[in-house]
Amino acid sequence: MNISIEERLGLVSFEVDKERHIKVDTSLCSECDEKTCLYFCPAKRFTLEDGKIKHDYEGCIECGSCKFACPKGVVDFNYPRGGYGVYYKYG
Amino acid sequence: MTEKFDAIIVGAGPGGSAAAYSLAKMGFNALIVERGKYPGAKNVMGGRMYAHALNRFMPGFWKEAPIERMVTREKLTFLCNEASVSLDFQDGEFREPPNSFTILRANFDQWFANKAVEAGATLVPNIRVDDLLWREKKVAGIIAGGDKIEANVVIAADGGVSLMAEKAGLKKFEVKQFALGMKEIIELPEKTIEDRFNLAHEEGAAQLFIGQCTKEIPGGGFIYTNKTSLSVGIVVYIDRLIEKKIDSHEIIREFNENPVVSKLIEGGKILEYSAHVIPETSRSRLFTDGMLVVGDAGGLVVNSGITLRGMDMAIASGAAAAEAVKNAMGKNDFSKECLSYYEDLLRKDFVLKDIATFNKAPEFLQNDRLYTLYPEIACRLFHKLWAVDGAKKRAFDELLEGTKGNRTNMILDLLKGLRAL
Ligand SMILES: Cc1cc2nc3c(=O)[nH]c(=O)nc-3n(C[C@H](O)[C@H](O)[C@H](O)COP(=O)(O)OP(=O)(O)OC[C@H]3O[C@@H](n4cnc5c(N)ncnc54)[C@H](O)[C@@H]3O)c2cc1C
Ligand code: SF4
Ligand code: SF4
Repeated sequence: MNISIEERLGLVSFEVDKERHIKVDTSLCSECDEKTCLYFCPAKRFTLEDGKIKHDYEGCIECGSCKFACPKGVVDFNYPRGGYGVYYKYG
Repeated sequence: MTEKFDAIIVGAGPGGSAAAYSLAKMGFNALIVERGKYPGAKNVMGGRMYAHALNRFMPGFWKEAPIERMVTREKLTFLCNEASVSLDFQDGEFREPPNSFTILRANFDQWFANKAVEAGATLVPNIRVDDLLWREKKVAGIIAGGDKIEANVVIAADGGVSLMAEKAGLKKFEVKQFALGMKEIIELPEKTIEDRFNLAHEEGAAQLFIGQCTKEIPGGGFIYTNKTSLSVGIVVYIDRLIEKKIDSHEIIREFNENPVVSKLIEGGKILEYSAHVIPETSRSRLFTDGMLVVGDAGGLVVNSGITLRGMDMAIASGAAAAEAVKNAMGKNDFSKECLSYYEDLLRKDFVLKDIATFNKAPEFLQNDRLYTLYPEIACRLFHKLWAVDGAKKRAFDELLEGTKGNRTNMILDLLKGLRAL
């Protein structure tokens, strides 16, 4: 049962919104040594590409961690608009 | 919607539904607003609810509620690399009255919210509350999708990352106050589950794991048995995960691979993956003018190491909030002085009592030795007791040898543990 995070997310149901609910001001990320977002996000929504942090709001399972776990506070967290985002069938 | 409500409840989790149900039963006009497609759509838990809180105002609820299994078997397993030591406890008294049930939140939360609706509350799903409505520096309602809706009292039941409590200035977020839970639902036939966990038909097991499974990060693993699936997961402290630079989702993947765990889930199919934060020590102030905070939003969670309780806390605090609204309606006074009655009720009840009793537990549970050294010592000791490979020592001498160099710490930790737990 060794499935990757991408396969795991494939098992989750989403109603994807056009509007992004989490905004990350990545301009400050280059000064961040810890890059904690690469570890805490259980859906691996933060990635490092060519030295730059990218955040993909689609596939966010709304765990809430990035509300407080970014040491620079550059994550502007909100929940998706009503009806959008993840919907668990078991939970 | 131009009418004014007696109370608006933000969030249809167990805290919100308990408040709405109780208010509706008392004849008050209660509105619950839920951002999910349906109550429970956004909600995750390990999988067991202690029955006492709901049983107080819905006696025998399990006869109609969508419960999975009644837990009669408790198992605690210390995991090492190659070995494990388990404590296996069964108790017939857990049946009458039932101590706890495994549940799936998508089903349970819908059922509970519908009970509130049957009692007379209004439920509006698919709507996110965007902000609080203020009048003369007092909370006077909510703003959702551009609409302003007024209420005498707003009850924030919006979970561990309570944006409502934050907007009201009652809560600040700090990473060290939260744990992260990750979970998967693994489908297995009913009979296989009952055989593997040694269960009578419809009875259930809860198994907790400490040690190797969290990669030396304070926390633990769990397996709860549902009817035809297992709830399998991991809870870790977020600050420690970051400190050790470990990918959160890798921990649950490796948990599945652990030799003890993999035997229990073998042949199963993962149906869903989910994750959610747990406000382990993230308390907030619980009331202000025109507003009350219940359940996870207020940080009303107790982790004693072997019991993680948020559902019963949310339900009891939701019911207490309804009592406080009734008291305020009687006096037509929704000031914080009058609403402070809510906290008095929680103090008299188990909610704030248990939080006070276990307030040292999180600090104790952050001790690395619990997750590394002690499971190792236990496994080594039992290995020596059972292995026959030459001259044997008496059990007591093995114990002395196995704990050499660590005994002072062990005794101190034991004393701390006894005091904290
Ligand atoms: C992995 C894990 C394992 C756990 N295991 C256990 C266990 O075994 N036993 C136990 O008792 N507890 C357990 N808990 C804790 C338990 O899940 C919580 O304590 C409980 O869900 C709290 O209920 P609540 O009603 O306060 O909040 P929640 O259940 O979080 O409900 C909050 C609701 O508010 C809604 N909402 C949020 N913001 C808005 C908004 N702006 N507008 C509209 N709606 C909004 C959400 O969609 C949600 O429905 C566990 C938690 C986790 C994460
Ligand atoms: S932790 Fe925060 S500041 Fe650091 S890289 Fe990630 S998003 Fe940027
Ligand atoms: S809410 Fe959780 S899952 Fe979503 S991006 Fe933030 S950390 Fe990742």
